[in-house]
Amino acid sequence: MAIDIISWILLSLGGAFVFIGGLGALRMPNLYTRMHAASLTDTMAAVLIIGGIMLQAGATLVTIKLAAILLFLLITSPTASNALASAAILSGLHPEEGKIDAREQRE
Amino acid sequence: MELLGLYYYWVFAVLLMIGFYAVIAKPNLIKKLIGLSIFQAAVFLLYITMGKVEGGTAPIFQDGVTVYSNPLPQVLILTAIVVGISTTALGLGIVVRIKEEYGSIEEHDIQKRDRR
Amino acid sequence: MIILFGVFLLTLLVITALAIVQTESLFAAVILTGIFSLLMAANFFLLDAADVALTEAAIGAGISTVLFLGALALTGERERGKSTNRLIALGVVTVTTLIVIYATFDKPRHGDAEAPVHQHVGPWYLEKTPELIDIPNSVTAVLGSFRGYDTLGEVFVVFTAGIGVLFLLSARSAARPESANPSAEPGQGLRHYLVPRVVGRLLIPFVFLFGLYVQFHGDYGPGGGFQAGAIIAAAVILYALLEGEGQALRALPMDVLKWLVAGGALLYGAVGVAGMLLGGNFLDYNVLASDPIAGQHIGIILIELGVGITVTGVLLCVFHAFAARGKL
Repeated sequence: MAIDIISWILLSLGGAFVFIGGLGALRMPNLYTRMHAASLTDTMAAVLIIGGIMLQAGATLVTIKLAAILLFLLITSPTASNALASAAILSGLHPEEGKIDAREQRE
Repeated sequence: MELLGLYYYWVFAVLLMIGFYAVIAKPNLIKKLIGLSIFQAAVFLLYITMGKVEGGTAPIFQDGVTVYSNPLPQVLILTAIVVGISTTALGLGIVVRIKEEYGSIEEHDIQKRDRR
Repeated sequence: MIILFGVFLLTLLVITALAIVQTESLFAAVILTGIFSLLMAANFFLLDAADVALTEAAIGAGISTVLFLGALALTGERERGKSTNRLIALGVVTVTTLIVIYATFDKPRHGDAEAPVHQHVGPWYLEKTPELIDIPNSVTAVLGSFRGYDTLGEVFVVFTAGIGVLFLLSARSAARPESANPSAEPGQGLRHYLVPRVVGRLLIPFVFLFGLYVQFHGDYGPGGGFQAGAIIAAAVILYALLEGEGQALRALPMDVLKWLVAGGALLYGAVGVAGMLLGGNFLDYNVLASDPIAGQHIGIILIELGVGITVTGVLLCVFHAFAARGKL
C-alpha cells in the first residue's frame, strides 16, 4: 500500500513536470528559452515517471530494464538539446539580449 | 462503452481521409508521399483494432494467461509496414530524379514543362 | 479505464495528422510524421500488438524520418504551390468519411471474442504453436513458419526496392556538373559538434548490441528480423551522420552492402531449397533436423537472420544513395 502511494505521488509529480515543460515550450519567447523549458521534461519528469513505474514493478528483471532505459534517456536527451542549440547558433539565430523591463521602470 | 470502441473506427475513417486529401489536393510531391504514409498508417490501425480481444494480452505465451489477442492481423501488418517503407523509399528516389530533371517538385510546374 | 488513454492517443493522432497536412514547411511536416509514427506505435502497444509497435517505432519513426530528410536536402524545403481544386477535394473527402463512419456501425463490438476475425485461422495458430513449433512468440511462429511464403515475398519486395533506388539514383544527370561545389568537402559530418560526437561514439556499440538482441530474441519476445535490421541500420546511419559519409563508406563499403542486400534473400531461399533437398517441400523446416521441433527452431532463426541482413543492407544502400547525391 505504501509503495502504491509513493508511486502515485511520483507519477503525478512527473505528469505535473511534463505539463509545466509543455506550457513553457509554448509560452516562452524564443528558441533557447523554449528548449530550457522543454529540458525539464527530459530529465526531471523522466526520472520521476520511470521511478514511479520501477516501484510498481518491484524487484524483477523489468526494474533493471527500466533503469537501463532511464540511463539511455538521461544520456541522449541533453545531447539532443545541445546539438539543437549548436545548430541554432551556427545557423545564426542569436539569443536575444536586452534590458529587463523592471530595471527600465526603476530608472 | 460501445461508443468508445467505435471511436477507434471513426479515427480510422478520419485519418484515412486526411491522408487521401493530402494525396489529391496538395501539389507538392513530397507532401503527397507523406499523405500516402498517413493513409497506410490508418489502414494498419484498422487491422490491429480488429485483432484485439477483450481481456486478452499480447500473443506471447506466458504462464497464467489464458486469453490472447489474435496474432494473424499483427503478422499481416508487420509485412505491410515494411512494404510501406520500401514504397516510400522508391517514391522518394523518383522525386529526387524528378527534381533534377524538371527543376521543381510542384505539380503545376511539372505539367507546364511537359506541355511545352 | 485504459480505453480513455487510448481515446486520448487517438485524438492526438488526428490533431497531428491535421497539422501535417496544414503546414507549409516540409521540414516541419517530416518531423511531425515522426511524431505521428511514435503515437501510432503507442496505440499499437495499447492494442496488444507488441511486435507491430516495435516495428512501427523502429521503421516508421526512425528510418522513415531519415529517408524523408535525406530527400528533402536534395529538393526544396517549402511547399510553394497552391492546391487548385480544394473545394472538390474537400467535398469528396467529407462524403467518403461520412460513408465510412456510417459503415462502422455494422462492425462487431470492439474486442468481441465472437467476432468473425477470431473464428477460423487465428485460434488454430494459437493452439498449434506450442505443439508444432514450441516458441513463446506466436507472431514470430506465424510469420516465420506458418506464413513463411508471405515473408519470403516480403524480403523480395524489400530487395526490389533497394535495387530500384540504386538504379534510379546512380544515373547522373547530364546537365549537372560532376562536382557542383569543389571547395566544400562533402561528407564532413558533425565535425564541429563535440558533445554529440562523443556521446554518439559511446552509444553506437550499445545500439548494435540491442539490435543483435532484438534479432535473436524474436522467438521469446517482441522482435525479429525487420526490427533488428532497422535498428542496426540506424546505428550505422548515426555513425555516418557523426563522422561523415566517407568514413561510413570506409567502415562498410558499398560492395559489402550490396552483398548484404542479396545475401539475406539468398539465405532465405537457400533454407527453402535445403528443405527440398532433404526430402520435404520448399520451406519445410521439419526436415532440417532429426527432431521436427528443433528443425522449426533452426529454420526460423535462419530466415529471421536472412530478413535482418537484407533489411539492414537495403536501408543502408538507400541512405547512401541519397547522401552521396550532392549537397549532403
